[in-house]
Amino acid sequence: MERDSTASVPTATDGGSASGDTDRSASGDTDGSASTSVTGSPQNRTGADRVAVIAASMTQFGQRDAWLQSLLAEAGQACLADAGVAADEVEHLYVSNMASGEFEGQTGAPNALAHDLGAVPAYTARIDQTSSSGGAGIYAAWQSVASGASDCTLLVGGEKMTHRSTAEATDVIASLTHPVEYKHGVTLPSFAGLTARAYLDQYDAPRESLADVAVKNHANGVDNPHAQFRKEVDRETVLESPIVADPLRLYDFCPITDGSAALLFCPESVAADYTDEYVVVSGIAGATDTHVVHERTDPTTMGGVVDSGRAAFEMADRTPSDVDVAELHDMFTILELLQFEDLGFAEKGAGWRAAASGRTARDGEIPVNTSGGLKSKGHPLGASGVAQAVEVYEQLLGEAGPRQVDADVGLACNVGGFGNCVTTTILEVGA
Amino acid sequence: MSDTSDAETDDESESPVSEAAESESPVSEAAESESPVFEAAEYADGTITYPPHPVSPDGAERVGTVDLAEHTAEVVTWTTATATPPGVREPNHLAIVAFEVDGTEMRALGQLTDGDVEIGDEVRPVYASELRDPEAGIREPASQSWDGFQFEPVDES
Repeated sequence: MERDSTASVPTATDGGSASGDTDRSASGDTDGSASTSVTGSPQNRTGADRVAVIAASMTQFGQRDAWLQSLLAEAGQACLADAGVAADEVEHLYVSNMASGEFEGQTGAPNALAHDLGAVPAYTARIDQTSSSGGAGIYAAWQSVASGASDCTLLVGGEKMTHRSTAEATDVIASLTHPVEYKHGVTLPSFAGLTARAYLDQYDAPRESLADVAVKNHANGVDNPHAQFRKEVDRETVLESPIVADPLRLYDFCPITDGSAALLFCPESVAADYTDEYVVVSGIAGATDTHVVHERTDPTTMGGVVDSGRAAFEMADRTPSDVDVAELHDMFTILELLQFEDLGFAEKGAGWRAAASGRTARDGEIPVNTSGGLKSKGHPLGASGVAQAVEVYEQLLGEAGPRQVDADVGLACNVGGFGNCVTTTILEVGA
Repeated sequence: MSDTSDAETDDESESPVSEAAESESPVSEAAESESPVFEAAEYADGTITYPPHPVSPDGAERVGTVDLAEHTAEVVTWTTATATPPGVREPNHLAIVAFEVDGTEMRALGQLTDGDVEIGDEVRPVYASELRDPEAGIREPASQSWDGFQFEPVDES
């Protein structure tokens, strides 16, 4: 791709990393406005040659016969076709994937994909950041274009999981835990149970408020043709489903899923050469929290969400009240509430009211997980963060069909581990 | 507070994983007559962490260790997991607990001996020689230790 060589582009290093010495609480403002007290905040890049997303795709999520290599190729081909870009124009190719070696004994996936797509000799890399591999892939793709290293970057996220039993898949995911956690048999669902109990106790929230998140996201998933589950559930079904990690029950958890999703990036200065409508990455940041979960002062706050969200809002020169649609990482119902608060959409301890009141419904003030979320759409680990952005992309460009909401600014928050690593991305309609 | 060996004598090039493994393999390291040690690290800035890390969260150097087995703790939160991975008991009762050591609060996570607890209950550490079957899970058995401390409710009667 040709680009305007005089355009001012952001560097790959400034702004992507959240400050480590900030107060780890979201704004708490009742109107949802973001705090501006971030130290070392990134510069506003609205005047620079921003990074554009010019195409998006995702495969059917669910139980698929295809293995990872085929799933990646399916999404990658569809994305290139969506943009009308030939594979040999791809300069950087990233694959977001957590555990293909552990799940199916397949490594080197990015190189296999480059060959399958006809993208050789593109530079390739695999991006593993556990459940937030997709968000980290967006960050890598953004860096590649923003730095000038690539003028055409394809990101494909994918995971193949359903051939493993639930116990085996749970153990693969639990392998991300610290040894002192793993030996006690800790799993990600058990972290969710521990956190949910603390949250309900600390904020005197009703158990039903968690069920409301599942009910909302299942309702949204009905209208997503790519979702694993396309059926509504009611409160009673959620509350009477089998206990998995007390107080959380089966319908508080996302399923095990196969699937893939893709995005195509280029400098905004050349985006119009490919398409009339595109979105731009106006803000993006990643942050970590303690790897050992119990060492956090407040188990109901995810510092990585607070820090990445704050930095992403700073970069985009936006506040939570500017966001029209959000995809939050609802691997467990409790996580949607925590991110809603930690990103500054609600005061700490008040997020549980959002789903119950309809504030986060499709026709609410701030629709959350219009795709159905991980809860209904499914959670193929490496694909999920990419698929979140696919939903925001479609919402911003008016391509979401029956799920469509009125949106010019969208946010995606992709959580890895149990908040160990987080990437927050803000997308906006391109000029 | 430094009631066990001085951390400065440790090989600082060791990874936290190997340190944790060593520190929690008291059966193989200590004389059989000695009680197993539930080792947390104490740092120059007064903080204490379990597991031990090379430095404190704010970067202060390690100055000693604390044996948490000599203390009781309070349940911060708990869960009972009914869908457990290979080699893990089912159901698996787990808790995050808070210790107060000479005025400093720090936390740990571990299995509960049973699920009959509430937030705020007092628990004591009890040693278990094997918390899960090392051969059944995905992690390389030799890469870490498998013994450790469960938490047992302290009978208030």
